[in-house]
Amino acid sequence: MSSRAEPTTIVRTRENQMPDANKELIHVKNVTKKYYRDSIEIPVLMNISLSVPEGEFLALMGPSGSGKTTLLNLIAGIDRPTAGQIIVNDQDISAFNAKAIAKWRAQHVGFVFQFYNLLPVLTAYENVELPLLLTNLSKQERKKQVELALTLVGLGDRIKHYPKQLSGGQEQRVAIARAIVTDPTIIVADEPTGDLDKNSAAEIMTLLDRLNKEFKKTILMVTHDPRAAEKAHKVMHLDKGELTN
Amino acid sequence: MQILKLIIRNVLRHKLRSALTILGISIAVMFFGVLRTVVDAWYSGVEASAVNRLITRHAVSFIFPLPYSYKDQIARIPGVSRVTFANWFGGIYIDQSQFFARMAVEAETYFDGYPEFIVDKDQLETFKKERNSCVIGQKIAEQYKLKIGDVMPIEGDIYPGKYEFVVRAIYKPRDEKVDATQMLFHWQYLDERLKQSQPTRAGNVGWYVITISDPSKAPLISQTIDEMFKNSRAETKSETEAAFQQSFVSMSGAILTAMNFIAFVIIGVILLVLGNTMVMTARERIREYAVLKTLGFTKGHIIGLIAGESLAISIAGGILGLFLMFPMVQGIAANIPQGMFPVFDVTQTTIILAGSSALIVGIVASVFPIWRATSMKIVDGLRQIG
Repeated sequence: MSSRAEPTTIVRTRENQMPDANKELIHVKNVTKKYYRDSIEIPVLMNISLSVPEGEFLALMGPSGSGKTTLLNLIAGIDRPTAGQIIVNDQDISAFNAKAIAKWRAQHVGFVFQFYNLLPVLTAYENVELPLLLTNLSKQERKKQVELALTLVGLGDRIKHYPKQLSGGQEQRVAIARAIVTDPTIIVADEPTGDLDKNSAAEIMTLLDRLNKEFKKTILMVTHDPRAAEKAHKVMHLDKGELTN
Repeated sequence: MQILKLIIRNVLRHKLRSALTILGISIAVMFFGVLRTVVDAWYSGVEASAVNRLITRHAVSFIFPLPYSYKDQIARIPGVSRVTFANWFGGIYIDQSQFFARMAVEAETYFDGYPEFIVDKDQLETFKKERNSCVIGQKIAEQYKLKIGDVMPIEGDIYPGKYEFVVRAIYKPRDEKVDATQMLFHWQYLDERLKQSQPTRAGNVGWYVITISDPSKAPLISQTIDEMFKNSRAETKSETEAAFQQSFVSMSGAILTAMNFIAFVIIGVILLVLGNTMVMTARERIREYAVLKTLGFTKGHIIGLIAGESLAISIAGGILGLFLMFPMVQGIAANIPQGMFPVFDVTQTTIILAGSSALIVGIVASVFPIWRATSMKIVDGLRQIG
């Protein structure tokens, strides 16, 4: 595996890496996104602009098809805007080529999906280790990071378990450990509680809240669940591709 | 965890599917190898031909004899260093299913013309002295458990009568390409029998074997020989030993073409088997590839994963197929008459061809899944239901 970012530690100390709440980490400037299906133009986002300060916990809500996941994907660098700019940490990621954006994602973004998206043939440990394989870390350093991340999500005793041996809530916690193991700048979560029961959903939201409050992670979350959104500092609503508040 | 580990786990994810695919590939590789071995066996005579030997036969067909008197005339042609001859005898040994070459040869000169037949000097001298003696190939000796001094009773068919030959020498082949399934006896013995029983057939030989000093002069010497006997009662056709052997192979040309065609159809079948598996695999894992790309894994990693899995399956199938090929070929060899294919072994070329076919198939079968996985947008892949 090739070398990429070199994360230091998941647990940033307040003294040396306090996020600057006044600093705008993400700027979405006049972003429009259109899809094309058989030459039919489908507008998804229309001239969206927003800013997210460092350390923010932002929830994006809205009806299905409103464009919230598309906006999240654009900010996370897994899709490109049709028009406009996305600037993260003073870098215009919408101008990056495929290789550069892949490298940027590996260094700066942690992903949490609705359906966990763990590789079924890998253990919890190996799934969490995946993003670290793109770094220069030694096996021993990777081990330390993975165990730390899994302990942080409360699964230090499940490292050898395969996804099918875990509950939905536990799988999502492994996914969160995978998202934070590289110490990313932003964590994006697309419906992280969408496939979980009430109790597991509450556990996941508590964990995300902790990551935001204790470790000052900037979190962008798409959700339909008002209880999940309650944990966020700020809630934005999208409807028909436009921000309504 | 390395990419190799992930490849192996992916191969083992659907154990039954992978096992059936590997089995399918191995059977195809095995049959590919068996067919190639049969085709090679047909060409073994051509392969073993010496470049400095010419064969002169009757211009119409080699079943028509040539006069013995041609020998000295041929020997006088410049560039000819040695002349010997042979005559197809046929006959029945034990029963009609026991097929191997039985030929009457000029005892004094024949083995000088065929240095690839290695005969013990003393045994050869004894053979030359006894008119009713014979020399047999090592494989014949082993198959029929014959040893020096044993008698081989043969019932003549082309040359009717009962013949008994005493084994006085056993020749060894110089290498595995040389036919070790021949039985050779004195032409003079046959000729004397014919003088008594069918005088009109006496004094003839089947074909002349001419050793030349300079292989590059083969066309010129062939032409000289044929012109020498032009308008005679037995016109000749001279050609290199390889061309002579090739003419036998050409008689079975359609069968060999069909066999070669089938061998390559088998490769196509393997491609379809593995291609189908890989397409199914890639379709099921498209979401996983999207996740890997999301995490920062590059096209190269995805290509490595898919091609690696395809190659792992094809290599496993190829290796198993190669292992199965040997007992299969040995089984066939044991069940065909020994002399039908004097050389019936898996050649190095067949192993390389069969092995590389499996490798190429592994690569080709992964092309479409790779294209699909790498050209897919991450957002589309994440939406895919696995």
